[in-house]
Amino acid sequence: MVSMIGFPGSIINVVEVVGRKTSRFIADVGKVLIFFWHTLRWTFSRPFYAKNILKQMEQIGVNSIPVVLTTALSTGMVLALQSYTGFKRFGAETLIGTVVSLSMTRELGPVLTGLMVAGRAGAAMAAELGTMRVTEQIDALTTLATNPMKYLVVPRFIASTIMMFFLSVLGMIIGVAGGYFVGVKVLGTNPVTYINNSINYTEVTDIWYGLIKALVFGAVVGIIGCYKGFNTEGGAEGVGKATTGAVVISCMLILILDYFLSALLW
Amino acid sequence: MMIEIIDVHKNFGDLHVLCGLSLTVEKGESMTVIGGSGSGKSVLLKHIIGLLFPDRGRVIVDGQELNKLDEYGLNELRKKFGMLFQGAALFDSLTVWENVGFSLKQHTKFSDEKIRKIATEKLALVGLKDVEDKMPADLSGGMKKRVGLARAIAMDAAIILYDEPTTGLDPISADAINDLIVDLRKKLGVTSVAITHDMQSAYKISDRIAMLYKGEIQEIGTPAEIKNSVNPIVHQFITGSARGPITAE
Repeated sequence: MVSMIGFPGSIINVVEVVGRKTSRFIADVGKVLIFFWHTLRWTFSRPFYAKNILKQMEQIGVNSIPVVLTTALSTGMVLALQSYTGFKRFGAETLIGTVVSLSMTRELGPVLTGLMVAGRAGAAMAAELGTMRVTEQIDALTTLATNPMKYLVVPRFIASTIMMFFLSVLGMIIGVAGGYFVGVKVLGTNPVTYINNSINYTEVTDIWYGLIKALVFGAVVGIIGCYKGFNTEGGAEGVGKATTGAVVISCMLILILDYFLSALLW
Repeated sequence: MMIEIIDVHKNFGDLHVLCGLSLTVEKGESMTVIGGSGSGKSVLLKHIIGLLFPDRGRVIVDGQELNKLDEYGLNELRKKFGMLFQGAALFDSLTVWENVGFSLKQHTKFSDEKIRKIATEKLALVGLKDVEDKMPADLSGGMKKRVGLARAIAMDAAIILYDEPTTGLDPISADAINDLIVDLRKKLGVTSVAITHDMQSAYKISDRIAMLYKGEIQEIGTPAEIKNSVNPIVHQFITGSARGPITAE
């Protein structure tokens, strides 16, 4: 046993706290991975709750369209405006289209859609499942011989992953359209040059890289929202914590994974 | 169907909730487990239906040990159960008839019309009419319990578990639920296990009453035997006295 004699009490306390928090963090990561594994396992086994999946696709996807449209449109327009300001200083205004389309497809389309859906649908998932947990509705499902992972989690996971893909496509299109509007109609850039530069410098792989990110972010939002809701403890306060936790963790994971995916899909 | 709980131990962290608990419920019997808050009553009930599993010991239902069943086996066994939760635990997003017919929808190939018809029959059995299309949020506490009970008996359960069936109800609604439990047992001949700290309810619905204290069964007997118990723990509990071996939390 290593002797602690000679170490001031405060240092030992700090080491203890850091150790405890690290250990809890590793345990939590392990629990999320196990939850993800169970979700995947149940995703590919019968019965398939098609009606639940469609309902979740509506709640997570269709109902998120306004917020995704607003975000993407605003981002595309601002991006065009800001790029113009910078590029004009060295006479490269014609490249606005390239910047907007590359940024929206590779990066901003999926990331902003991910963050928006995490805030809207991820929170809703955690709150709904959390309420079901604390009011024993999830236990009731089990007593009715229905697997709650299969009935509640799998449809949300599938819907979140698929709809994030389509929402990102929408985000990319609207963002690029917003950029075009500002670049051509407001700032007076030549439309042919704008479109040519957008198309010539944006490859199909750029779009696919963005959409691969969207699929990953969709899975993250679905898993984290369901995990936090499914493991809620302690009544209304617990539901509140689960909801906040779901949004914060999903957003952080999206931003962290975004870097690694960008590095991987260079 | 018979239920045997043999030397069951259950810990939550450092908390030893069930400490070698043994209890047998005979087929067709109505057993009520009484005990104070935090005595482990709900934990015991959750062990019977496989929502929790013992750290040590065995739970045997209809000759099958729950620990040894896989997911499929457990669900097949659970289809023979009905459970009434303390807060009814109705599914918020489903109407009353969809709640009652949930098991039928999941586990049979019946049409929606047939399921609705069965749900209406079960609702009538618990004294409810014209509530099929209401949402749970539109029901009173007593009505929610009745709907929960209708859901519990929808698949013609052989065992019904009641988690605090009268808690949160006014005395008249509580007594109506008690009558309903007795009535259902007579009509359906089910085995039932209830947990409660409501002694009026326990005396009314039980063939036998078991007193749970500190994770063990302290005494078991008919309502008359429990009423006349000389065990100081049982006596203090049934008379609702603050003085005695049981201390308030």
